[in-house]
Amino acid sequence: MATNLPVSAQSQGGVGTAPVPHTEHEDHLHDHEHHDQHWLWKYVFSQDHKMIARQFLITGMIWAIIGGLLSSLFRLQLGWPEATLDWLQPLLGKWIEGGKLNPEFYLALVTMHGTIMVFFVLTAGLSGTFSNFLIPLQVGARDMASGFMNMLSYWFFFLSSVIMFCSLFLETGPAASGWTIYPPLSALPQAIPGSGMGMTMWLVSMVFFIVSQLLGGVNYVTTVINLRTRGMSMSKLPLTIWAFFLTAILGILSFPVLFSAALLLVFDRSFGTSFFLSDIYIAGQALHNQGGSPVLFQHLFWFLGHPEVYIVIMPAMGMVSEILATNARKPIFGYRAMIGSLIGISLLSFVVWAHHMFVTGMNPFLGSVFMFLTLIIAVPSGVKVFNWLATLWRGNIRFTAAMLFAIGFVSLFISGGLTGIILGNATLDIQMHNTYFVVAHFHLVMGSSAFFGLFAGVYHWFPKMFGRMMDEKLGYIHFWLTFLGVYLVFMPMHYVGIAGFPRRYYSWTGFDAFSQFADLNKFISIAAILAFFAQFVFIFNFFYSIFRGRRATENPWNSTTLEWTTPIEPGHGNWPGEIPAVYRWPYDYSKPGADVDFIPQNVPYSQTPSSNLPYERELSE
Amino acid sequence: MKTSEATLADKELGLGWHPKRVLLILLIFSIVMMFAAFTSGYIVRRDEGNWREFDLPMSLLFNSIIIALSSATMQFAYFSAKHDEIKRTNLSLLATIVLGIVFLFGQMHAWSDLVAGHTFFGGADANPSGSFVYVLMGVHAFHLVTGLIFVAVVLRRSLKYQVHSRATLSIGNATLYWHFLGGLWLYLYLFLLLNH
Repeated sequence: MATNLPVSAQSQGGVGTAPVPHTEHEDHLHDHEHHDQHWLWKYVFSQDHKMIARQFLITGMIWAIIGGLLSSLFRLQLGWPEATLDWLQPLLGKWIEGGKLNPEFYLALVTMHGTIMVFFVLTAGLSGTFSNFLIPLQVGARDMASGFMNMLSYWFFFLSSVIMFCSLFLETGPAASGWTIYPPLSALPQAIPGSGMGMTMWLVSMVFFIVSQLLGGVNYVTTVINLRTRGMSMSKLPLTIWAFFLTAILGILSFPVLFSAALLLVFDRSFGTSFFLSDIYIAGQALHNQGGSPVLFQHLFWFLGHPEVYIVIMPAMGMVSEILATNARKPIFGYRAMIGSLIGISLLSFVVWAHHMFVTGMNPFLGSVFMFLTLIIAVPSGVKVFNWLATLWRGNIRFTAAMLFAIGFVSLFISGGLTGIILGNATLDIQMHNTYFVVAHFHLVMGSSAFFGLFAGVYHWFPKMFGRMMDEKLGYIHFWLTFLGVYLVFMPMHYVGIAGFPRRYYSWTGFDAFSQFADLNKFISIAAILAFFAQFVFIFNFFYSIFRGRRATENPWNSTTLEWTTPIEPGHGNWPGEIPAVYRWPYDYSKPGADVDFIPQNVPYSQTPSSNLPYERELSE
Repeated sequence: MKTSEATLADKELGLGWHPKRVLLILLIFSIVMMFAAFTSGYIVRRDEGNWREFDLPMSLLFNSIIIALSSATMQFAYFSAKHDEIKRTNLSLLATIVLGIVFLFGQMHAWSDLVAGHTFFGGADANPSGSFVYVLMGVHAFHLVTGLIFVAVVLRRSLKYQVHSRATLSIGNATLYWHFLGGLWLYLYLFLLLNH
């Protein structure tokens, strides 16, 4: 019997005989079908998860262009430190002084690039888009647990975006103390211009961002726990849903800690407290602040910050697993091991934060504990990589654009993950910490791979999002330019990093030790800027295909999960009739004896007698 | 009984809780994490030295008793609603709100006691130890205000006869949240007693 029955009866004031847990949503559905919605409610203040997903996606894409543009700007400075940049005057205005990029603004560019990419693109744009779009469709629900909270989640994100965007145009510039906003630099407005109004707006923006993440996260978790369709047990969930589910839990547990840290920083900045400040002389003046500890901030920040990198990468892992299995026409290798490793990564992500702080002078014993825990993460990560490769092994691979990006993800995750083992060692990290080696590491393993997961997801689910196909040829061009671009940027960057080239420097021409890397830096910059321009192929393909793409069929990839059982453009409520029940796991590809090479989750065993395994035969009798 | 496909598809799912209850529980977890961050930050900071001891005002004990009482009235309201005693529900919800407001004023009073004892939030004479007390109390008070709004919404529903034995979801959620806020305060009080 349906478990929600007593409660839903309660909330409805006693509607008694609902056979399935979805009575409320069905009632809701009928309300909407009777009258056309005003466009404002349909496209702007929509409570429909698919529209909210598209809102997140397009906002995320706008942020990605801004974030990429900022990186191109500072790569110009790094690649051609002697060049005159007068031609950027129309864009940057007073930040170009006498043909030179303002050094303060260089720091602001780096800070905003990190903030935008980590939070606005790869957290909100990636998990916001696909958690929203796929969770109800793949678990078989009419919508999220609370459509209203879901809408609020997007609009808090929007508000946060607007504030962050406005801060780019401040006279004193946006926040400039790194995306990690370490105090005391970020806490003292008199320290650098970027710690003034720009920092205040950064903090306000992040508060709204955290609210948005919490509203979204609790919704995702509740939907997965409560609104699964009949037969959809946790052990029949697609790996995408497992990944989104665990990502949301990480967000719920870690973002409040960032909130605590930000709140204390706000008090230090504006209310005269000294949580993070002590014994500071600035411009010859002694500050009154006594007894604070800047390292405390780092502990609080990285307690969020480390789970945050898994919040960024796990949705990509889930989608890649799904796309690899679909396009290799094989079941995912080690389904349960995949779930187990996701859970393992989630648990470990909370006990490794101090590996970002090996150079804070921490007790070496404590450092070795965190080093030990950090290196253990290689185990579940290795399990995942092994399973992805084993899924591809002797598969009947269809090289769609989504599949190429999924394979690219695996490649980047391996390349970037290997250097993680190096940096996880405290002794090596102390050597490498302030070099470009770290930059290269996290851009490969977290930045680029998550982007590849995002692209794979867009190419794969575009037909369900917009009812049309994206152009495959342009997809290939986009893939190869991006894939080569990413490696050409970050491989040389590892090399200059090992050679000791320091990160965060505006200019390095004054040091003989580093000026020998001028050519490599120029090379990296050219590759980075080309990779940035390659993204416009994708942008064009995306918007062109929304309006002019080839019309999609209901299930263009011959996939097994529930979202492909909906109409080509699912309406409000997702399924016009009853929600399909689920009988089997999501990876019945190329099952021996089956008539077709895929069996959707909603096909009962009794309809597939030729391919049933002995225990499945028992079930169908 | 043999598991056949029909029973498989009808298998019980979820926790048997209403989605709104699950949403609330998850939000409570996020609040727990926030205070876990504050109190563990407190301990880490204290162990680094340069930590000024302070005296907790006695009025906090009084406030703790008040909030414990308000939890009792809230539970009583829930009980009455389950037995369709609408009038008693309304009265005890009202009592909860009044006690909640008394608690908030009590906390404000405790702040002035702290200031009188030269424990300051910010400024030249402040030490992180004292600032932490204000932050813990202030952030808790903020959440208590949200709890009061929640209870007031339930009271309004109850006045419209929308809360009764067959519609206990909202009052049940409000009770859960209120007990959580009370328990959170008792934890903070105990924490400060043991660690000042």
